[in-house]
Parts: sequence; structure tokens; C-alpha cells
Amino acid sequence: MSLTNAANTPAVAAMKLRAEQLCVAFERDSKSVSVLEDITFDISDGEFICIVGRSGCGKSTLLNVLAGFLAPTSGSVIIDGEPVHGPDPRRILVFQEHGVFPWLTVEGNIGFGLSKLPRAEREHRVAHYVQMIGLQGFERTYPSDLSGGMKQRLQVARALAVNPDILYLDEAFGALDSITRLAMRKELLRIWQTERRTIIFVTHDIDEAVQLADRVVVLSSNPARIEDILTIDIRRPRNISSPHYLELRDKLLEQIGQAYTV
Amino acid sequence: MNSLSKPRNWEKYFWPVLAAALLFAIWHYCVVWTGTNIFPSPLDVEKGMAELLHKGVLWDDIEDSVRRVAVGFGAAAVTGIPLGLTLGLYPAANQMVNPVLQILRPISPIAWIPIAIILFGVGDRAAVFLIFLGAFFPIVLACVSGVSSVPSIFQRTGRNFGLSSTQLLARVVFPAALPQILIGLRIALGIAWVVVVAAEMIAVESGLGYLVIDSRNSGKRYDLVIAAMLLIGVIGLILDLGFRSLEGLPSVRWGFRHES
Amino acid sequence: MRLKLHVQPRPLLFIGVLLICWQIAINRHPGQLLPGPLSVLRAIGDLMHSGLLLKYIVASLFRVTWGFALGASLGIPLGLAIGWNRRAEMALNPLIQIFRPISPLAWIPVAILWFGVGDMAAVFLIFVGCFFPLLLTAMSAVHNIPALYIDAGRNFGLSPFAFVSRVLYPAVAPQLVVGMRITLGIAWLVVVAAEMIAVNSGLGFLIVDARNAGNRYDLVVAGMVIIGAIGLLLDLGMRSLERVKSFRWSYSED
Ligand SMILES: Nc1ncnc2c1ncn2[C@@H]1O[C@H](COP(=O)(O)OP(=O)(O)OP(=O)(O)O)[C@@H](O)[C@H]1O
Ligand SMILES: [Mg+2]
Repeated sequence: MSLTNAANTPAVAAMKLRAEQLCVAFERDSKSVSVLEDITFDISDGEFICIVGRSGCGKSTLLNVLAGFLAPTSGSVIIDGEPVHGPDPRRILVFQEHGVFPWLTVEGNIGFGLSKLPRAEREHRVAHYVQMIGLQGFERTYPSDLSGGMKQRLQVARALAVNPDILYLDEAFGALDSITRLAMRKELLRIWQTERRTIIFVTHDIDEAVQLADRVVVLSSNPARIEDILTIDIRRPRNISSPHYLELRDKLLEQIGQAYTV
Repeated sequence: MNSLSKPRNWEKYFWPVLAAALLFAIWHYCVVWTGTNIFPSPLDVEKGMAELLHKGVLWDDIEDSVRRVAVGFGAAAVTGIPLGLTLGLYPAANQMVNPVLQILRPISPIAWIPIAIILFGVGDRAAVFLIFLGAFFPIVLACVSGVSSVPSIFQRTGRNFGLSSTQLLARVVFPAALPQILIGLRIALGIAWVVVVAAEMIAVESGLGYLVIDSRNSGKRYDLVIAAMLLIGVIGLILDLGFRSLEGLPSVRWGFRHES
Repeated sequence: MRLKLHVQPRPLLFIGVLLICWQIAINRHPGQLLPGPLSVLRAIGDLMHSGLLLKYIVASLFRVTWGFALGASLGIPLGLAIGWNRRAEMALNPLIQIFRPISPLAWIPVAILWFGVGDMAAVFLIFVGCFFPLLLTAMSAVHNIPALYIDAGRNFGLSPFAFVSRVLYPAVAPQLVVGMRITLGIAWLVVVAAEMIAVNSGLGFLIVDARNAGNRYDLVVAGMVIIGAIGLLLDLGMRSLERVKSFRWSYSED
């Protein structure tokens, strides 16, 4: 119970990540097109953040900048007081799909980032995460024989195994069917609550954002600016038919510019 | 993949045997009807094969051909794979070198025979050089395209986990490109087998290719010619099957579409 | 259409450096049989001047065209039919697999016996060299048609003719075009080799003849350069066919 309380009080935790006036522009037809403009926010340690916005607005770009894969045109990302200059095993980016290595087994994938550890320690950790994502009995299986959901869990486990402080997920459940997606959300919340990582989760799905996040960052389009940062003050486990839930969801839908009738 | 019902078990053996029997029968009666006494019937070929086995030269010829292919192909793989991987990793270098490869590649290895003879004289080394040339370009090009088609997501993941660039090559790029590299090696091996026969027909005096041309030139022994051709086919098939079995290895199987 | 004909300075520079190194190496070892790039250039000039070059190029291309056309017009339909019929494939596959690795050149004695020394023999060798690869390409192209397309075609109740022209042909065309490009490359390898043994004209003959009649190695290398250049042009031509719109799609992985 104390865990769930902590999750709802991010304000007391230490600051983990700060984005300062991030701007990104791409060359398109030899013209410079601004994709991100003046993105500024703070994220505390152990917080669960969702980023939502319309397709093509720049969510993946923002995540790539935060993870160090893309240098911003101006502005900076500061993590634990140090500016980010490139990718780092302390912060792992999980891709939407096709991210697991097809030439490695389940074990090989989970152990990919652990080659520096002594053998016994490595095996121990691999076994732990195999257990956590429920792939016992599949240790020696290659990804081509796994389902889409299993592969996605495997990608998350591979990231968690190196014990990162921050996990970036880019529409990590976007390619899954709705039942698997629900299960994966529960799974991710459970992992987050037991392992206390900072998670930054990009999604299309408003419901997903309201179910998962402590705070939701809403991006506008062309170029992307921060439209709003919405605090989801619902206790976990969340009741997804409570009036407050629906109210927050409708507010988000409105901000994204979608009516909530079909 | 077709409209007919699923074949039964016995058909797996019945149809190939029937087809082979038909082929032999047609061949036999064509020889009989045309009354040729140069072109052999299947029975003559079988006798010729027995004669070759009996004389014992056959094993030497097979050994010579296979050795040349092994050395030439091995040299091409040992030099071509590193070069191809490097060019694949550094597009700027590839852009510079690729046109040269594209110009050299369509030159038939056989056309190099005069040059090979100047450089190495008539003998094994000239033949090995020709096989090397035939195998080298397909291997390099397969590696280049294998590496450059590795999804960027894999490389980015590797870097995210803090790999250095050599680790990235060894643990991500190479395994990701391996299926394509294997396909390139298999094609190159097929070419090497074609080239060795041709080279032996022109540039050296032993091996299966020499057996073919020599059987014709010394006494029009067409039964031996056809027997040697069939042997070339069978050995080529065995080489190919051997290589193909590598495609079943678990760490590369994902890269091949297997018929179920 | 990006035929990459716009001039790229760096590769040209690299080729220039290689040529200069070659020339320097030759100058340092006078009395070598191997020619330098300048004498090769001069040899190409001589060949053009005497009209021999054009004659030989035409002879080689003539053989390749006929051999390839015959191989394609027999190999592709046969391969499609065999690939479609599982029993025919069971029956013929082992034989095809044995014939395929036989070097086309090993057929030379047979070709000479049947057709005598001349164009027909060379065309036959190229035919053999093209027939089996195209047969196998067509067979595997049929296998790779996703079952989905076939079922969809049946579902819409197409007539057999419409089925072939609207489902089968478009589905296999991209793979066939790639297979044809690779096979044309093989044909170009075979014609040179065949001309070195079985006939007395063409670019392959130019090479052996130049060597045997007086060690004219400048002509040998000139012949090789021409062979490389024409092979490259054939390849580029086939590649531009691959870019034709209706061939361009192919099954993406997964
Ligand atoms: N390397 C690049 N060069 C030029 N433009 C780019 C590049 N990468 C992305 N863009 C552009 O930036 C914009 C944002 O792309 P991004 O992939 O971040 O969108 P997204 O919000 O993740 O979309 P989706 O929800 O569909 O994944 C798009 O308009 C895209 O065209
Ligand atoms: Mg995206």
C-alpha cells in the first residue's frame, strides 16, 4: 500500500530528468521544418509519464532526443544533473516492434546487456526476468516462435535486465491486440511498482495514458509544443469506469481535438 | 500451393523414380532410333562410369577439383567477408569502391585465364586464382547488402546497451547480416563449381573438367564425357546440400523462409 | 528513374588513382608481358579502328540474346507449371537439381557433337546456362506467392485465364525480373568462356586469339575491359526494368 501511495505523490521525490527548451528542426526539401518547439518539463524519480499527441506530431522524435539518439537543434536534456550526450545503458529505449534480436534465444536476448557480469550473476538475473515476464519454458526458444505479445514482453525484460534508471517506451504496445494490451499494461504497472523505475511512455491511446500515468504530457501538432501537463490523481488500482476517470479521459480527448462521440 | 490434393507418402518416391526412368528410356530409344555410334546410351554411360572407377584415376580427378574449389573459395571468403563488412559499415568507402567492383564483376573469371597463366603459370595456382575471382565478388556484394540492410533499430538497440563499435559489429551487425551472407556464400560456391570445371578445361591438365575435355579429344569417348558430366552434377548438388544444411542452424534460421 | 548517371567525383577519383598506380607499376617493371592502362586504351582504339571490336561485340551479343531468349521462353513457363503442380515438382526436382550444377561449359563436347563448331553450339551453351536458373527462379516464385492471394483470387471466382493474368503473373513478376537479371549475368559469363573454346569470333575469342597469336596482352586486357563494361551495361539495363512500376512492389518481410 505504501508503494501505491508513493506513486501518487511524485512531488516529494527527487528530480530525475529535465527537458529545457528543446527545439528540433529537420531538413525537408532543403527547407528547415520545425518539429519540436520549446519543450520544457521536469520528471521526478520513479514517476510514470505518458506522452500523447496526434500521429506524426513528434512523439518519437522527442523520445529519441530524451534517450540521446538525436541531438536537439537547441535546448538540452539534463538527467541527474548531467546533460545527455548520447545513448547510455542506464536509460533504455523500447521500440514499438521488431526490436528483439531474432538470432538470439529468449535467454540470449534478456542477457544481451549483461555480458560484463560474471556468469552466475548473469544467469540469476536472466532467470529472474524470464520469471517476471512469464516466459518460463521458453528460455531456449527463438523469437520467430514467439507471439507478438511475448516478443514485446521480451523487449521490456531485456531493457529491465540491465537495471536502467529510466525506461523509454515508444508505443510499446501499439502492435498488440486489445486483450494482450490490457494484460501488458497490468504487467508494466506491476513491474514499475516493484522495481521503481522512471518510465516515459509514448502512446496514441488516451485510455492507456489515463490508466497508466502519474502525469500525461499532451503535445500539439505542427510544430509540437506542450499543450498541457495533466496530473492523473486517481488512486491505484484505478477504477476505469469511475466518473473522475471518464472526466480526465474526456478532457484529454478534447485537448487532442477529438470529439468523444462516435 | 496448388489445386491438387495432398500427395500421399508413396508418391514421394514413385514420381521421381518414374520421371528418371522415363528420361532414361527416352534417351535410350533416341540413341537407338538415330543409330548414332558416337553419342552413348545410358547403358554405355554406366559402363563408362564403371571403367573410370576401375581405373582409379577418377578419385584423383575429383580430389583435384574439390581441392581447388576449397582453396579458391576459402580464400575468397576469408578476404571477401571482412572487405564486404567494412564497406557495408562505411557507406562513404562503399560509394568509392563499389563502382570498381561493379566493373570487375561482370568480367568472366574465364576471361582472366591469360592473366592467370602469366601470373601463376599453367597449374593449380592459376585455377585457384580463377575460382577465387569467381567467388570473391558475389561474397563481397552479399556482405555489403547484408550489412546495409540491417534494420537501424538493431544498431540503435546495441548502442543503447553501451556496446563499443567492435562489439556492435560482432554482436549485432554480423549476426543480423549472417543469413544474407550465407546466401551469398552459397551462390559463390555454385559459381566456384562452375568455374573450376571451365578452368580445368582450359588451364590445367587434371580434374573433372579436364576429364570431360580429354575424353572427347582423345578418342571421342562420349560415354566418359557424359559420365563425368553426371559426376559434376552430383558433386555440385552435394556441395550445395551441405551448405544448405547450414541454413537450418538455429541462430540463422529466422532469416530463411522455409517451406512447411 | 535514378540511373545514377550523374557524375560522382569520388568514385571517379578512386578509379583514376587505381589506374595511375597500375601505370606506375608497369613503368617500374619494363619488359613485363602485362600492359599498362595507356597501351590498353591504344589497343581499344586499334580494335575500334579496324572494325573488329564492333563485329565481335555484335557476335557475342547475338549469341547471348538468342540463348537467353530461348532459355527464358522455355524455362519460365515450364518452371511456373512445375512450381504450380506439386506432383510434377516431386517428379522432376531431383533431376533438375542434378543438372543444374553441371557447368554449362561441361556441355561443350555435347554441343559440338550436336551442332558443330559455330554459333549454334555457343547459343546452346548459353541456353543451358540460362535454362536451369530461370526454371528454378520460376518454381520458387510460385512457391513464394502468399496463399492469401491465391485464396482471394479463387474467392472472387476468376476464370483460369483471368486468374493467371491478374493474380499469378503480377505476383511472380517481381521475382522473375530479379532472376532474369542474375541469369543474364550468368549468360554473359558463359558466352565469353564458350567463345574461348568453341567458336572463332566474339569477345572471348578475341582474348584467346590475342594471346595465342603473338602474346598481345594489351588486346587481352582491352577485351576484358570491354567485357566488363558491356556486362555492367546489361546489368544496369535489367535493373532499370526492375524499377518499372508494376514490378516494384515485393513482399515486405513479415
Ligand atoms: N529523420 C527525419 N528527417 C526529416 N523529418 C523527420 C525525420 N524524422 C521524423 N521526421 C518528421 O518529424 C515529424 C514527427 O515524426 P515522429 O516520428 O516523431 O512522429 P510521431 O509523433 O512519433 O508519430 P507516430 O505517432 O505516427 O509514431 C513527422 O512529420 C516526420 O515526418
Ligand atoms: Mg512514433
